[in-house]
Amino acid sequence: MYDLWTIPAFPLAGFLVLALAGRWLRRPYAAAVVGVGSVGLSALVALAIAIRFLVAPPEGDAVTQTLWTWIAVGDFRPAVAFYLDPLSLVMVLVITVVGALIHLYSAEYMLGDPGYSRFFAYMNLFVCAMLVLVLADDLVLLYLGWEGVGLCSYLLIGFWYADPANGAAARKAFVVTRVGDAAMALGLFLLFRELGTLNVQEAMARAEAQWPVGSGLAVAAAALLLGGAVGKSAQIPLQTWLPDAMAGPTPVSALIHAATMVTAGVYLVARTHGIFLLAPAVLTVVAVIGAVTILAAGASALTQRDIKRILAYSTISQLGYMFLALGVGAWAAAIFHLMTHSFFKALLFLGAGAVILAQHHEQDIFKMGGLRRRLPVTFTVFVIAGASLAGFPLVTAGFYSKDTLLWAAWASERGGFWLWLAGLVGAFVTSLYVFRLIFVVFLGEPRAPIDHRPGYRIKVPLVILAVLSIVGGFVEIPATLGNLPLFTDLLDRALPAPELAHGGLAGEYALQGLAAAASLAGIALAWVLFVRRPRPEEHPEEFPGIGHRLHRFWLDGWEFDRLYDAVFVRPFLALARINRDDVVDRLYAGLAALAVLGHRAVRVTQNGRLRWYAAALALGTVIVVAWMGLS
Amino acid sequence: MTGIQLEQVLVLAAVLFVLGLKGLLVRRNVLFMLISIEIMLNAAGLAFVAAGARWGQADGQVFFLFILTMAAAEVSVGLALVLQLHQQFKTLDADAAAELRD
Amino acid sequence: MTVLFYVAATVAVFATAMTISRLNAIHALLYFIVSLFAVAMIFFLLGAPFIAALEVIVYAGAIMVLFVFVVMLLNLGREAEEQERHWLQPGAWLGPVGLAAVLLLELGYVLAQGSGAPATAGAVSPREVGRVLLGPYLLGVELASMLLLAGLVGAYHLGRRDKDAAR
Repeated sequence: MYDLWTIPAFPLAGFLVLALAGRWLRRPYAAAVVGVGSVGLSALVALAIAIRFLVAPPEGDAVTQTLWTWIAVGDFRPAVAFYLDPLSLVMVLVITVVGALIHLYSAEYMLGDPGYSRFFAYMNLFVCAMLVLVLADDLVLLYLGWEGVGLCSYLLIGFWYADPANGAAARKAFVVTRVGDAAMALGLFLLFRELGTLNVQEAMARAEAQWPVGSGLAVAAAALLLGGAVGKSAQIPLQTWLPDAMAGPTPVSALIHAATMVTAGVYLVARTHGIFLLAPAVLTVVAVIGAVTILAAGASALTQRDIKRILAYSTISQLGYMFLALGVGAWAAAIFHLMTHSFFKALLFLGAGAVILAQHHEQDIFKMGGLRRRLPVTFTVFVIAGASLAGFPLVTAGFYSKDTLLWAAWASERGGFWLWLAGLVGAFVTSLYVFRLIFVVFLGEPRAPIDHRPGYRIKVPLVILAVLSIVGGFVEIPATLGNLPLFTDLLDRALPAPELAHGGLAGEYALQGLAAAASLAGIALAWVLFVRRPRPEEHPEEFPGIGHRLHRFWLDGWEFDRLYDAVFVRPFLALARINRDDVVDRLYAGLAALAVLGHRAVRVTQNGRLRWYAAALALGTVIVVAWMGLS
Repeated sequence: MTGIQLEQVLVLAAVLFVLGLKGLLVRRNVLFMLISIEIMLNAAGLAFVAAGARWGQADGQVFFLFILTMAAAEVSVGLALVLQLHQQFKTLDADAAAELRD
Repeated sequence: MTVLFYVAATVAVFATAMTISRLNAIHALLYFIVSLFAVAMIFFLLGAPFIAALEVIVYAGAIMVLFVFVVMLLNLGREAEEQERHWLQPGAWLGPVGLAAVLLLELGYVLAQGSGAPATAGAVSPREVGRVLLGPYLLGVELASMLLLAGLVGAYHLGRRDKDAAR
């Protein structure tokens, strides 16, 4: 019997202890032990379960553990049940292992912060919610985890709530993802109404039986679910929240906005692939959204000055890759990239955190420099992570995952030239911006003194993640280089394999070569621009005409914020202003005013004058006698 | 033994009552208002006595007795109040004491 | 007999009308006493001699005298009469007269539908009244005496002349 419930139970217990007793855990040491320990235990359990699963796979390649029936209303009986198959196994491992490392890192990073135990409480709750999300057997439970991570994201982005800007960023994240969540909820309603169940496997089976490929219902359901995924994974058009979400502490950005929460959208599409396969049009949209996002976010990343915003746009771009893979039917490739991305992106964020700590919380890269010699460990891991992100050939995990992805984009039936080209150009741009970051921050002349050297709690996770960023790719060696598709083999037991339409081995070699070339070309260009010459980008206003405006445009994230502000926010505010006096409330206020008016009218008779009262009495007598006499 | 009709006496009582009422409504001096009230009480008593005499019973007269008693008590208290009013407000204007209002 | 009644009635009505329209308080009171005498006469005609006597003794003799005393106590002089004249404009009569006239008409209408029974079925002797008072109406008598006591105490308390009387 697989005790799946223990995996999310440990972080939940950690959250409860910290939330209820955090005030009494006076020494931060205790809060850290609880916070890190709970996720660490979860990781160990997950590893044990993974070993058991891989060594002796259960029947049907999946195992379900039902805890209890959550709701029982008529035909609607979602159960609290956990479902473990290769897909969720990979996700659980990523979440717990990377999560544990990040928790350990935060033990030192957040030292001295007055909200220390609160931080770990929120982080633990987040991990629990995310685990529920990936382990959920039922879409309703998945939605619970979905909302839970959204809530924790809000709490953690706005962690330093004293500054209203942080609160605004947290609200923005919540509201934008809420748009997606609403679409997803509608999708769930549609699925339940048409299929009668929200159990994932059941629903997919029934959908395949009931809906013909390309039917309107399938398209609608898939599109609505895609809406939720787009919001959570910060794809265009709902990507505006992620750059601003960097207002939260760096470990938060590492965990939530690089490794786990933003990948929930990718996971959702992969998990409900059965429905998406019934709507090829939607899958095409997924791929196109991914491709567009790769390029747009990459261009924006190229112009940013804030170290975390560069990484934020990079995340958006890499998520675009995953969506591209999903769209062309390379489900396993997308998850593979998800895993490697979580390694090197988390590492990049954690390294950036170490840099920020060392530079008095300065985040503008043009105010840093020459950190290579003074933060050697950080520099090394950063280069490894950056290389992995750029897809440096052969020795980095990123190379293998991106290569698999690009090959699928070219070769699969739903793929094609343009999608592949977008991925290739994106790889070039990725390489360019990440090495721009590395060269500017670590090479050159030192600009500011070192403030805080990272201790072992920061260095250990960095090193572990660096190792993973290298070896993580070796589980999936393509046919051209040795043919060891361990990962794909594993996931093909849960997800359908891509249908390759064109291209053979020779094509694969060629494409690999091109991908490697793109990656190296980016590094070279970055070297030329940012090491050899004095840094031109420090003063973008000195760019000639269109260059300056384009730079500005990309810096502002293609001005989506401006667009949304004009189209949604302003009209809504105008409406709110019109209704400022609250029409409905006026009605009730009117009733009250009427009562007061009536009172004032009747009050005239209480004038204290004796003769008035006598006259009233007389009048009354007249009326009574008349009534009695005439009846 | 007399040819007086009940209705005639009652009409007389009504006339007297109405006159008292008119006096109450017209006059502003509290003293006159009290006198008008006495007029009305007297008229009511007349009606009672007449009604009692119609049936030849003593009840009407008894009731007039009670009215009389009540009028006496009321007059004493009322005049005491008039004296107080005069002392406080230096006037007998009924409208002077109009502060018991909203 | 009927003539006596009509005469007494006329006197009563006239005297009452004069009462309510006088400017001088003492004049009004004197007119009212005349009215009371007339009403006492009518009581006598109705066969209620005891009540007629009481009317004169108590009402005219005690209550009205009390009124006179108070008026004299208030020492209203010329300016009071002036004020009365000022207050008693002809226009002030309009409302009350109208209201009272309506009431009178109504009462008259109601009474006109009467049975036309004679007013007296014989005199009722004081003995009869006394027997009834101490019989069925005993409780009422007791209550009336309590009322008088209350009136007494109240009048004493309210009529005090010290600075902070009638608290």
